[in-house]
Parts: sequence; C-alpha cells; structure tokens
Amino acid sequence: MELLMAILIGVLFTAAVYLILSRSILKIIIGTGLLSHGAHLLILTMGGLGGSAPPVLSDGVTDFADPLPQALILTAIVISFGVTAFILVLAYRAYAVHKTDDMNQLKGNDEHD
Amino acid sequence: MDFVLLIFLPIVAALFVPMLFRKLKGIHTGWFVLVVPVLLFGYYTTFLSTTMDGGHAISELQWIPSLGISFVSYIDGLSILFSLLITGIGALVVLYSIFYLDKNKEKLGNFYVYLLIFMTAMLGVVQSDNVISLYLFWELTSISSFLLIGYWFTRDRSRFGALKSMMITVFGGLMMLGGFILLGIMGGTFSIRELIAQSSTFINHEFFTLSLILILLGAFTKSAQFPFYIWLPDAMEAPTPVSAYLHSATMVKAGLYLVARFTPIFAVSEVWIWLVTGIGLLTLFWGSIFAVKQTDLKAILAFSTVSQLGLIMSLLGAGAITFHTNEAIFALAMFAALFHLINHATFKGSLFMIAGIVDHETGTRDIRKLGGLMSIMPISFTVAFIGSMSMAGLPPFNGFLSKEMFLDSMFALRDFSLFNFDTWGIVFPIVAWIASVFTFIYSFYFVFKTFAGKRKKEKLPLEPHEAPIGMLLSPIILASLVVVIFFIPNVVGKWLVKPAVMAVQPYEYAHPSEVAVTVSAWHGFASPALWMTVGVIIIGALLYLSLSKWQKIYSIQPDHLSLNAVYDATMTFSEKGMNRLSRFYMNGLIRTYLIYIFAFVSVITLSVLFIQDAFVVDMSSFTEVNSFGIINAIILVLGVIFILFSKTRLGAIIALGAVGYSVALFFVIFKAPDLALTQLVIETVSVALFLLAFQHLPKLSDHGETKRNKLANAIIALGVGVTVTLVALSAHSQKLISSISQYYIDTVKTEAGGGNIVNVILVDYRGFDTLFEIAVLSIAGIGVLGMIKLRLAKKEDSNENK
Repeated sequence: MELLMAILIGVLFTAAVYLILSRSILKIIIGTGLLSHGAHLLILTMGGLGGSAPPVLSDGVTDFADPLPQALILTAIVISFGVTAFILVLAYRAYAVHKTDDMNQLKGNDEHD
Repeated sequence: MDFVLLIFLPIVAALFVPMLFRKLKGIHTGWFVLVVPVLLFGYYTTFLSTTMDGGHAISELQWIPSLGISFVSYIDGLSILFSLLITGIGALVVLYSIFYLDKNKEKLGNFYVYLLIFMTAMLGVVQSDNVISLYLFWELTSISSFLLIGYWFTRDRSRFGALKSMMITVFGGLMMLGGFILLGIMGGTFSIRELIAQSSTFINHEFFTLSLILILLGAFTKSAQFPFYIWLPDAMEAPTPVSAYLHSATMVKAGLYLVARFTPIFAVSEVWIWLVTGIGLLTLFWGSIFAVKQTDLKAILAFSTVSQLGLIMSLLGAGAITFHTNEAIFALAMFAALFHLINHATFKGSLFMIAGIVDHETGTRDIRKLGGLMSIMPISFTVAFIGSMSMAGLPPFNGFLSKEMFLDSMFALRDFSLFNFDTWGIVFPIVAWIASVFTFIYSFYFVFKTFAGKRKKEKLPLEPHEAPIGMLLSPIILASLVVVIFFIPNVVGKWLVKPAVMAVQPYEYAHPSEVAVTVSAWHGFASPALWMTVGVIIIGALLYLSLSKWQKIYSIQPDHLSLNAVYDATMTFSEKGMNRLSRFYMNGLIRTYLIYIFAFVSVITLSVLFIQDAFVVDMSSFTEVNSFGIINAIILVLGVIFILFSKTRLGAIIALGAVGYSVALFFVIFKAPDLALTQLVIETVSVALFLLAFQHLPKLSDHGETKRNKLANAIIALGVGVTVTLVALSAHSQKLISSISQYYIDTVKTEAGGGNIVNVILVDYRGFDTLFEIAVLSIAGIGVLGMIKLRLAKKEDSNENK
C-alpha cells in the first residue's frame, strides 16, 4: 500500500507543480490545493500506514494507527484551507483591480522597480 | 592601567562631538577634539624609556576568546614610532583644522567624528598584535578615509574619489585578510609575536608564498604603490587637513607598517625582497615623473607622496636583505626607511598645510594661476621652502640625510649576491637616481612656481594675504622639526628609529644600541651618495629651468591608456555587467523563480539521496494493498487528470472537490476518523468558496503559453513528483530516531486524561500550536475581509507613489 501511496503522492505533486507554473491565477490556486493534499498524504505515508484501530483508547486495543502524523495533518488541513481562502480572495481582488489574471502581465513593469 | 583601552579613547570621544558641536556654537569644536591627541601623545611618550631599552609593553582585552581573537595593544619600538606620529601629527592637524574649517559654515560635527574614528582605527592598526583585530582596524581606516574624502559630499569629485579609494583599499584589505588566515593556518595562532617566533617553520609550507603575496597586496593598495596608487590623487578632494593627516602622514603609511611588521616572517623569501624593493622603486620612479605633470598643488603633493612611499617601501625591501647577509649597508637601509618615514611626515605634512593655506588665501590651487606670492606670504613661503628643499634632498634639512642613506643603500644592492641581484642590481641605483632628479624638479616646481616669479593678480579669485598665525602654527612647528632633525639625527635615531629597527629585525639585534648606524651629513668625497646628490642637483636644476620646454611631453600619453581609464572601465563593466547578469536571471516572472526553486529542490534532494546512499526501500515493512485503496486511488488520479485537462472553471473546481473527498476516504481507510471528518467539512467549504469566487474570475485560459514552456513546466513538475515519491519511500523505510508517538499513546490517559489521542495532542500536548493556528486563521480571515470590503475607490489614496 505504501508504494501505491508514494506513487499517488508523486502524481499529486506533479500535477500541483505543473499547475502552479502556469500563467492563470485560478490554475495556480487549484495547484496549491493539490499540493496540500499531496503533502498531507505524504506525512501520513511517511509515518507508516499500519495499525488496526483508530488512535482512540478503548479496552483491549493496542495496535493503534500512528497518532502523531494525524495530529500534524489535522493542523495542516485547516491552515491550507486558510491559505486557499486568502489567495482566492487575493486573486479576485487582483483581477478586479488589474483586469487580468495573466501572471506575466501582473509582474509589473520597470516603473515599479 | 590597561592602555589597550586608550586605543578606543578617540572613538569614545567622538560620541560627544555632535553634542558639543550643537550646544556650544561659539567655540570651535576642534578645541575640544584637540585634547584627545595631545593627551595620547603625552601618554605614549612615557613608553619611550621602555622601548629604548628594547623592551615592550602589552595590554590585552579579550574579544572572542574561543576563536583566539582579542584586542591587544603591543607596544614596541615600531608601534611607538607610529603611535607618536599618529597622535603628534594628529594634534597638529586638528590645530590647523580649527583655523582652516569655518565653524559656522562647515559640518564640523561630522568632520571630527570621522577624524576621531580614524585615530582609533590607526592606533589599532599599529598596536594590534592580533591579526584579526588588526584587519578590523585596517578596514576601519578605509571606512573613515572614505567618509573624510567624501566630506564635501555634494561634490561629484569627492564622492568619486571616496568610492575609488574605498574600492581599492578594501579590495587590498580583503586580500590581506586571506593572507592573515593562511598565516593563522600555518602557525595555529593569530598573534603576530607567536607567528614571528615560529616563522622559520613556514618557509616550506605550501601557503607561504600565497600568504606573502596576499599580505603585500594589502600593503601595496593601502600605501598607494604601483599600480594601485591611482586612488591617492583622487583622494585629494578631501579637506586639506585630512590630506595632510591621512593621505600623507599616517594612513598611507599603514602599508609600510605592515611590511615592516611582517618582515621577520617573510624576509627569508626571495619573492618578498624582490617585490617590496622592486615595486617600491617603480612607484618612486613613476610617482616622481608624473608629479611634474600635475598643475594642482595638492595633486603634485599627492604624486610626490606616492613617490616617497615607494622610496620607503624599497628601503624596507633592501633592509630585509639583512636576513641573508651581514653587510652593514643593509642595516643602514632599514634605519633609513624608518628615519625617512619620520622625515617625510614632517616635511610633507607642512607642505600639505601650506598648499591648504594657499588655497584658502588665494582661492585656487592651480599652479598656472599662482606665482609671486613670496612677498605677500613670507612665512608660508619660508615653510614651503624648507619643506620642499627637504623633499628634494638638500642640506641642511632632514630629507638630505635619509636621501643620502637611500642612495647608498640602492648603490649597495648591486653587490648583493643572492637572488640574481648581482646581475640586475645595477638597475636599482640608476632608477633611484633618475627618480631623485625628478623629485628635485617637482620640489622646485611646487615652491617656486607658487611663490616666485610674476604675480598673476587678475587670475586669482581672492585678494591674497598672509594666513592667520593660528593656521601657520602647525606648519611652522613641522618645518622647524625638519631643520632640528637635521642637526640631531642621532638623538632621533636613538629614541625612535633604533628601537623600531630592532622591532623589525628581532633576528638581528637583541638591543637597540646594537644597531650600528650613525647618521652624519658628511661622508667624505669617496661616498657615492655625495656624487649622486651633486649629479641630481646639477641635472635637476638644468631640467627645472627648461621645464616649460619639455613639460608638454606628458600630453603624449592618451587619457584612455592610463591606469585611471582601466579603473573606470572596470567599474563601468562590473556595474553594467552585473546589472545585466541579474536582470538576465531575475526577470520578474514568478514562474521563473518557481522554476529555480523547484529545480533546485529536486536536484539537490535527488543527488543527496543517491550520493549518500539514502535511498532505501524496505518492502517488508509495507502494509497489504487494500482493494478500497486501489479504487480510491483510481478515482483520485482520474480527478487529477480531469483538472489538468479541464477547459472550464466549473469542471476544474468540481474535480478538485472530488480529489479532496477521495483524500478524505483515504483517511478513513488509514484509520484516521478525525482527519476524514475535518477533510470532508473543509473540502465542502472550499468548494463552496471556489464556486462563490469563480464567477468573479476570468475563464480558464493558458494565455497563449507556448508548447515549449508547457513542456518545460511538465518536466520540472515530473522531477518534483519523482523526488517526492522517492523521499516518501525512503522516509517510510528508515527512521533515524524512534518516533515520539508511543509516548503519547502511553501517557494520554495518565497525563492528559483523554481517550482520543489525536485530539489530546492538539489541544493539550501541542496546545500552543493550535493556538497559533487559530491566530493564523484569524489573520487570513481579516485579510479576506479587508480585501473584500476595501473598495476600489480607495486605490487612489493608497498609492504611495502619488
């Protein structure tokens, strides 16, 4: 299962980077979304996918899934949501002001150096 | 008393200068500043009795003991000679500046702060026993020199000159630091004394010659030796007191100090003797010839300083020969070097001050406009005459004595049998003689073109008159020293020069009295120096009288073939070239920067993985493949592919949602219920947010991206993907240290009293993380709110360029 997950993470990262390198703001935002999914699964896989029960104490269970990656990912999910929301609004605002979502035109010109 | 602290007295005093300048407008700030060098001079004279006996004094202040770096004030014959020069000339220059700089018009606060910083720096250079702190002070002299040259910073020439001197001397300083570090590696210590003590072991070390050349680069740039001298003439934009102090009497001699100080380590080397003597002599020759070309009084003095520094440098080189032979004549050379150093400080200091006075009283320094000032400014003329004649090497002035010794030493180089000196040695006296002729010419040129001949009244901006007595006081003191030293050279020798010679050549002498040099003005008719001097006077006088006929020769040299042109071209090239280079890779496109980042991350990570053999896959630790997992993975991949190829915004957003939900399903499969719940909620909210926002965003478009760009993006993306996959596998298969997870599992009940381990970690063990996470979310929320609420109309006000 780890091998499958590792390949899956690679696919997510590849797609994410490809989208981030494009010139359209919306694609970049979607790319960051995919990037955080990839990162979450990466943390989970690095910790190991074993464990027969969720990390909740109950009688007679000793083989828990690793709780630490889960705690980290929980934080990361929320933060990545915050980031996505922020850049989404930033993109909206940038488009409203500059009337373009082309990154090459948003880079500014020599006047602003 | 810890006299190492005295090095810092001037810089501490500098703290009070701006206040004194502002609060006490009525009194010239210079009067307060004057106290500092006078006090220091008085204090340093008390060391003379120690150094005369060949003794030394040490005071140490720890700075970074773990690296062997400290401030050490090591006072021996050489240090005390320089310290007295710095404080003595410093006092006279401050006195002169009080009358030279107008207290109402000039920014005296700045001026004296810089001057005091320089004083500390210079004292530090000549007293430091630790090469690292020596380097620190060395660069501080460059910085204070920069500030002083650029004192009139509204003038273009001042800024240009300041930058030029800074560029060249700091370049040399950095080279020197390299040399020091190599020395430190060879000797295992940064202390100059300890390095000297074990110097005999260095000669065969592979770094020996390299460190020698690096240190000489530092000395040559600072002491304006060929071809680095070009900064000194441009440094003449500084106020005249500064030129007299930094650029003739003290700072430019730091290079000479360095050469003298390191002579015991490097004298064994043939390269050292050839370079120091040769470059010194070349500089002497070059400087003296070009001094005659100049028309600005201070430029003449600048080139003459270059030339005289070369003279002392060549004597230091010849003096180092004593390491190889016992001939008394080379002992004379070292004595002559240090003796001339004192003499030069006296006569050149007074000449600079006179040049300043002429400038001050007539409004010009252009020698073509000057003339006939003798009757109007008799005292200035007398001082200038004494200084110039000493510079020309005529009796009864101190310059005559050291000049004779110089000629003698150069004449003797012919007979030195080591290092091919017997074949090439004949060049030295010839070059030295020609340079002396030109020295004679420019000395006469300086004083008589200014003070003798016809007055050109109509050309002078101001009505000339004699300077106030206060301004004349310092040059008069220096000029009288010029005469006094001629009559008591052996007293000066005993008090100052011999202890310094001993410090430079500890392998030769155990006590200053062993330096068997007696200075006398008359050596008898057999002395070659006598006939060389007579020749200089005759030829020099003839050439001076016919100066107007041949001075035009200088215009043959085209401007674009000068060393200055080389400097200018280098500066322009580096400025333009670097600008072009940075604009080439910093093109402002975020894609470019991201490509750099992604490419570096994957290249570095991949190479580390394989170079360090860190890529390990442990199949046995893998869990079984789960059929739900496979289905889910297929869904996820399909979602990703759909996003990549989607032509519509809506389709891409929905596919992103699908990917998010399948990630949530993975969390379910891998026994992470909390994650799954959170992911479901967040994904739903995200999709809703996207759907809200997408109406306000333009349609998906690739903005005409070329196939080539897309292919490059794809390659980079694939590289990152592969890297992450490999990292994921390796990270899973090997753990350097065991996880802390078990600790949480064991203590969650007893310590935190909870059952859901993930929740307890978040709110209890890592409570602060969660707190700050909330803070981040709040900030993002405020940002979102702000960006939506702030209306576009506000744009006009918030544009700071308007």
